[in-house]
Amino acid sequence: MTAPQPVPTGPTDRARTSEEPLLQLRGVDKHFGAVQVLHGVDLDVYPGEVTALVGDNGAGKSTLIKGLAGIHVFDSGTYTFDGKPVHVTGPKQANALGIEVVYQDLALCDNLDIVHNLFLGRELTKGGRLDEAEMEKRAKDTLDGLSVRTVKSIRQTVASLSGGQRQTVAIARSVLWNSRLVILDEPTAALGVAQTEQVLKLVRRLADKGLAVVLISHNLNDVFEVADRVAVLYMGQMAAQVRLADVDRNEVVQLITSGRSGSAGLSAAQKLAATGGKEESR
Amino acid sequence: MTDTTTTTRDDGPAAPDDEAAVTGRQKGLSGTIGSYLDKLRGGDVGSLPALLGLVVLVGVFSALRPTSFTNAFNFANLINQSAAVIVIAMGLVFVLLLGEIDLSAGFTAGTGGAVMGIVVTRQDQPWPLAVAAGLATGAVIGACIGLLVARLGIPSFVVTLAAFLGLQGVLLQLIGEGGSIPVRDSTLIALNNSTLPVWLGWLLVASVVGGYALAAVRHEQKRRASGLVTAGMQVVLAKALVLGVLLVAATAYLSQERSLNPALTSIKGVPVVVVLLVALLVVLTFVLQRTAFGRHVYAVGGNAEAARRSGIDVKRVRLICFVICSSLATVAGLLLASRSNGITPSTGGAETLLYAVGAAVIGGTSLFGGKGKVSDAVLGGLVIAVIINGMGLLNQPAAVVFMVTGGVLLIAASVDALSRKRATASGRA
Repeated sequence: MTAPQPVPTGPTDRARTSEEPLLQLRGVDKHFGAVQVLHGVDLDVYPGEVTALVGDNGAGKSTLIKGLAGIHVFDSGTYTFDGKPVHVTGPKQANALGIEVVYQDLALCDNLDIVHNLFLGRELTKGGRLDEAEMEKRAKDTLDGLSVRTVKSIRQTVASLSGGQRQTVAIARSVLWNSRLVILDEPTAALGVAQTEQVLKLVRRLADKGLAVVLISHNLNDVFEVADRVAVLYMGQMAAQVRLADVDRNEVVQLITSGRSGSAGLSAAQKLAATGGKEESR
Repeated sequence: MTDTTTTTRDDGPAAPDDEAAVTGRQKGLSGTIGSYLDKLRGGDVGSLPALLGLVVLVGVFSALRPTSFTNAFNFANLINQSAAVIVIAMGLVFVLLLGEIDLSAGFTAGTGGAVMGIVVTRQDQPWPLAVAAGLATGAVIGACIGLLVARLGIPSFVVTLAAFLGLQGVLLQLIGEGGSIPVRDSTLIALNNSTLPVWLGWLLVASVVGGYALAAVRHEQKRRASGLVTAGMQVVLAKALVLGVLLVAATAYLSQERSLNPALTSIKGVPVVVVLLVALLVVLTFVLQRTAFGRHVYAVGGNAEAARRSGIDVKRVRLICFVICSSLATVAGLLLASRSNGITPSTGGAETLLYAVGAAVIGGTSLFGGKGKVSDAVLGGLVIAVIINGMGLLNQPAAVVFMVTGGVLLIAASVDALSRKRATASGRA
């Protein structure tokens, strides 16, 4: 499991895409100690589209996005962003490329207000002092641009917001910078029906604005409602990456649970290779 | 001491309003007051309990001891007595904002004072060199604590408890068994004993009020130019006016002759140490409220993991906060040395640290991290000083003073915990 593989294992529907993928992974491996978590994973993410990343618990979804975000560094494989090979070794580097991650457990500071949270770690300063007026203005513009009308005041603390509003703030933070790829880790996991609807609409708006969106979700309803493509991880391997229009729900479920559905998915040999690799490394 | 009573009562809206003005969606005085009340209802009480406590305490002591408590001499005395505790508490605010604690700040003050005393008295060096040596001692102590906490991940409670014991030994070693280091340098003595000439006191007040008004008006204009919601010019001017009235009243009071024997010596004017306190208050408040570093301190205290993911160097923020805390503690050491003309092995010991932690918490700084201001240290420090001073004048034994102070601290911590509960409840509703 070392050499980057030039050929994608999953069938990607090329006929329909005129555009080049914004992000392209080829043959990505990652292991923690003796445990191999990702096996030669390929991934294509296109601008203006929502790519859902699904898979059972422990399939490697979190490891994959942490690698994209620079929190972990892939052991091998190629990472191409905007047509150029890149080597992302830290979150700042990923941010510089325009990659933003909205984490499941939010990562907001309750004691700070919305503006402060939006600019956390990247505060605008002028002559050494915080440029509050400029930050507030840009925060307002960003929220307006996303048609967010549910917050009363952008100077209220995040502690006083509802779950959906907090998720909205977290997502807004990811588009405040000239981001090009937004990765959302289960954005609707803890939300009620109405709030889920709100957040999914927001996710769709991001893609419609031309951003590439990766949506991690356990909820296939969400996936089918908002995504254009689905990438299925099975035991650390990319089982398939297909347009949602070409598959139905049952096929996706099969891919998630067994890594295979009809002609799509991993071959028996590939599955064996994965387990064999695991045994070997132990 | 009616002036102080008005001071504290009217100061209420002035200080916490600063934030309400930013959050206020409607313009004008009523809108600003309304959003402040909303904040209170939401559980964010800020310094209000400390202010009310101060008013009540001053009222009670003024009624019980109308002559000995309520006079200009005692008022000035109160400031000198509380200065060291206030400065230590200012440093502790930085550490408490992170959700950490520094138990060693008291003996850091003593050690810094001892180093200064050794340089100025035993080595016979000029005072600026001695002060620099004292401050450097604090910075080194803070860096050691900060590295152990931030890099090794030892709980600050344990690290600073060890430093508390260790520095006690260092202080004893520096001074020598049973000895003391006298400080005779006139400049250092003046720091926490002398008063400014009356005219200079007035100049100070004028520059503070003028500076505040100018900064506030500029802030207002800038927000207006950016098309943002503002508090309205009348609110800005009202606040500046309240501040001006309070400071002018206090200065007028302090400018009276307060010597017990005016024929022999004349004591009048604002204590010199007020200049230092105001300077620290302004500079440290600026650092916390108006710089990216200050924002990061709040972020780390609020959610360290979120701060880390946002690209904030959490370890660096922790380290710097401990350095700030210990450095300010040594400034307090200078004040203690100045006040008592020297350093003994017990300088900064006993209840000094606990009073300082108490001051910060009573002022409204949360022990849970993420909430607090430098001005809390000043307010809380004054509350504690008034209790000690007033109880002393009531001829209460030390036992009672300790018990009352402990009770007040407990009340303050309860207010902190309750307001957190309330904020959570109202926030998630």
